[in-house]
Amino acid sequence: MQFWLIQTLNSLALGGLLFLLSSGFSLIFGLQRIPNLAHGALFMLGAYIGTSLLAREVDFWLAAPLAGVLVGLLGVALERLVLRRLAGNEQGQVLVTLGVAFIIADLCLLVWTGDPIPVPAPEGLRRPVFLFGFAFPTYRLVVLGIAVAAAIGLFLLMERTRLGAMIRAGVDDPEMARGVGIRVSGLFTTVFCLGVALAGTAGVLGGPILSAYPGLDADMLPLALVVVILGGVGSLLGAFVGSFVVSSIYNFGTALFPDLAYVILFLPMVLALVFKPEGLFGRVRA
Amino acid sequence: MRREAAGAAVRGGLALLGLALLPWVLGGDFYVNLASQVLIYALLALSLNLLIGAAGLTSLGHAAYLGIAAYAAAWLTGNAGFGALPAALAALAIGTASAAVFGVLALRASGLGFLMITLALGQIVWGVAYRWVSLTGGDNGIRLADRPAVLGFDLGTPVAFYYFAAAVFALAFLFLRRLALSPLGACLRGTKEQPRRMAMLGHHVWMLRWIAFVLAGFWGSVAGLLYLYYHKFVSPQALSLQQSAEALLMVLLGGSSTLAGPVVGAAVITLVKNLVSSYVDRWLTLLGVIFVAVVVFMPQGIVPGLAGLLRRLRALRPERAGAAPPRAAAGHEAAP
Amino acid sequence: MSAAAAPALAVEGLAKRFGGLTVTRDVSLAVMPGERRLIIGPNGAGKTTLFNLITGEIAADAGSVRLFGQELLGLPTRRRAHLGLARTYQILTLFPRETLLHNVVLALLGLAPFRWDPWSALACRRALREEALEALARVGLAGAAERTVAETSYGERRRLELAMALAQRPRVLLLDEPLAGLSQPERHAIRELLEAIPRDVTIVMIEHDMDVALAFAERITVLHFGEVIVEGTRAEVVADPRTREVYLGE
Repeated sequence: MQFWLIQTLNSLALGGLLFLLSSGFSLIFGLQRIPNLAHGALFMLGAYIGTSLLAREVDFWLAAPLAGVLVGLLGVALERLVLRRLAGNEQGQVLVTLGVAFIIADLCLLVWTGDPIPVPAPEGLRRPVFLFGFAFPTYRLVVLGIAVAAAIGLFLLMERTRLGAMIRAGVDDPEMARGVGIRVSGLFTTVFCLGVALAGTAGVLGGPILSAYPGLDADMLPLALVVVILGGVGSLLGAFVGSFVVSSIYNFGTALFPDLAYVILFLPMVLALVFKPEGLFGRVRA
Repeated sequence: MRREAAGAAVRGGLALLGLALLPWVLGGDFYVNLASQVLIYALLALSLNLLIGAAGLTSLGHAAYLGIAAYAAAWLTGNAGFGALPAALAALAIGTASAAVFGVLALRASGLGFLMITLALGQIVWGVAYRWVSLTGGDNGIRLADRPAVLGFDLGTPVAFYYFAAAVFALAFLFLRRLALSPLGACLRGTKEQPRRMAMLGHHVWMLRWIAFVLAGFWGSVAGLLYLYYHKFVSPQALSLQQSAEALLMVLLGGSSTLAGPVVGAAVITLVKNLVSSYVDRWLTLLGVIFVAVVVFMPQGIVPGLAGLLRRLRALRPERAGAAPPRAAAGHEAAP
Repeated sequence: MSAAAAPALAVEGLAKRFGGLTVTRDVSLAVMPGERRLIIGPNGAGKTTLFNLITGEIAADAGSVRLFGQELLGLPTRRRAHLGLARTYQILTLFPRETLLHNVVLALLGLAPFRWDPWSALACRRALREEALEALARVGLAGAAERTVAETSYGERRRLELAMALAQRPRVLLLDEPLAGLSQPERHAIRELLEAIPRDVTIVMIEHDMDVALAFAERITVLHFGEVIVEGTRAEVVADPRTREVYLGE
């Protein structure tokens, strides 16, 4: 019983992190037609920046958004200086993000060395809470709460604000959005920055669960890809549901059949591709 | 027409002669081994270019077939007691069959969707190789006791292996060149430019793409066998995203619109990688930088770029000025 | 119904919606073998969509499309081509980096069994080359066969569109604005080409140039907001007040 409860909570916490990672990926892909392959690397960069900030006695709850801002600024530079030059060349843009992913991963290795860096949970959240006689790791519950709050925030942003309306219009029909005079260029930078900053913040929040290590990028990127293929490009709801589906499968798969976790992860994606190639909630084909 | 065919035969003969004489020119074992590596990666890049140059489909998971075939051959030889030839044939069959299945999945999309699905599939194969320790040995990989003997020739020495790799490469090149000039090759190139029109003209666009995918998987598997025989070892590194990206970069750097492009790209990347690795440990950064630079500054690649430059230089020469219209990029007929 | 009496192209109750927008509403029309049919209607009437539904490039929601009695709905576009359906595009859909000859060769290959041949050289197929040259000669492009599409004029590209469709030896040919963007003399030349097409080819044409179109077509169908408003002979349609209302009088 304890096993199932704990694994469920682990899945939910990982799902929360995955949502923070893949919602940005999905929005950027939906709006700009760029599958940002540097997303996993930026998540890892966020995690590493977090470790350095924590080592300098910065409070955890300040370090997370700060790392997000730093990674977001890097994203702005990437969007403005490189991706912008390749407007209209979708494939070129993807390949550039892949190149950047390699550079970031290698520089992280250079700066933070090859040894994994464990990240302690913030003060006060280290002891488990007891509910109905079971022990729950408090920090994971908090991560889940943050992800749900972020999801609600993003939903409100998309549904209730002018920016959100413009993003939705852009995802549904990029030509039309340009036609009605939405300033696409500013919108692109904003969304890219936001999506990347979410990834950076998620990296820090994921620290106490995953720790920071070389290869974290390569572990996270496929998960985000599967979430987006499953949930549909440009769909927040799809990213949300997809994140928890993927994290559950991954978590239980790893716990029950450690050898085959990746094969099991692959099954829902195959089913989605065969039966619903536009994803569960997507309108745009991947 | 006949003169063109004769010209191609002469060029082919010269290339074969060059391949045959290379070990004498290079001398030392180190360089002969380097040449073997170039051939293996050139084959991988050529197979990937069936998708990129011919079908217009950019795959980011092509190392999967190299890796699957290499793992299969190593496992069958080491753990299942297969002889070298049955193991090789079975490995090719397994690699090609996985391409057949993955092709069905990836071709549910085209363009960016295709790229993402091939990337996800490639990462999953990598994950299996890395995590399914009881089957694959995990990070430690699988060792091959010895290179097999082919037709009674021992491939143990660098020169012997080089000739084996060169023979396989020449065979593959011949096949891919024939394919490029064949009706099937022409139809495949048509689907890259105008899939919709091709369907209206009666062509089976999906099937053409799938055939390209399977053929790419087959030749990628052949490269995988060479890879295994060369290193006598295979690990998850062989089917990592980095390996797929390197293969893709070889194609893009050399130029995907010609058959020579991927070969040149493979040579450049393999040489630079070996050179850099012997001085510093920052190959991945350099790989990323080359990637960005190629995409931003040299989207056509080296071979078409040089061919264009050559044409412009010729056009500058007074006696040739206006003689020939700048028709059809070099090797346009030779794209697979 | 005997095969001889069957219409070459019979569309019944064809419907298509994109989200909330109905672009084709219960369209029915029957084109007899050898007929020249003109389809007119204001912009956004759903003319090109109708073609896309007939060829299968867009999947229909409901209805039926029969080619000489054979149901086409549910068949992929390529199968419809093999059954004798060909079309041209209003927006040029050519292979710009290839020669005109190669463009027509690709059209011929679509129906040739040896299109799957991965080994023998395409250049050695003499008969194919001759046939392609013939198709180009039919539209007056024999001299331009070795030029790439990028090196030809717009008028020549329009002719190539036609040559590719004709090379397929279709039984039913759909022409989507074959005169779009052409000058007066070029229009005249294309008109002569169209008139030279033998009567064993049934033609359905979308065209805005009324002079050429009215002279060419025997029967006319007027589409408006995805519906057939009027159908009849030239005189009937021109005289019908609804035509004037939605189209001629605009």
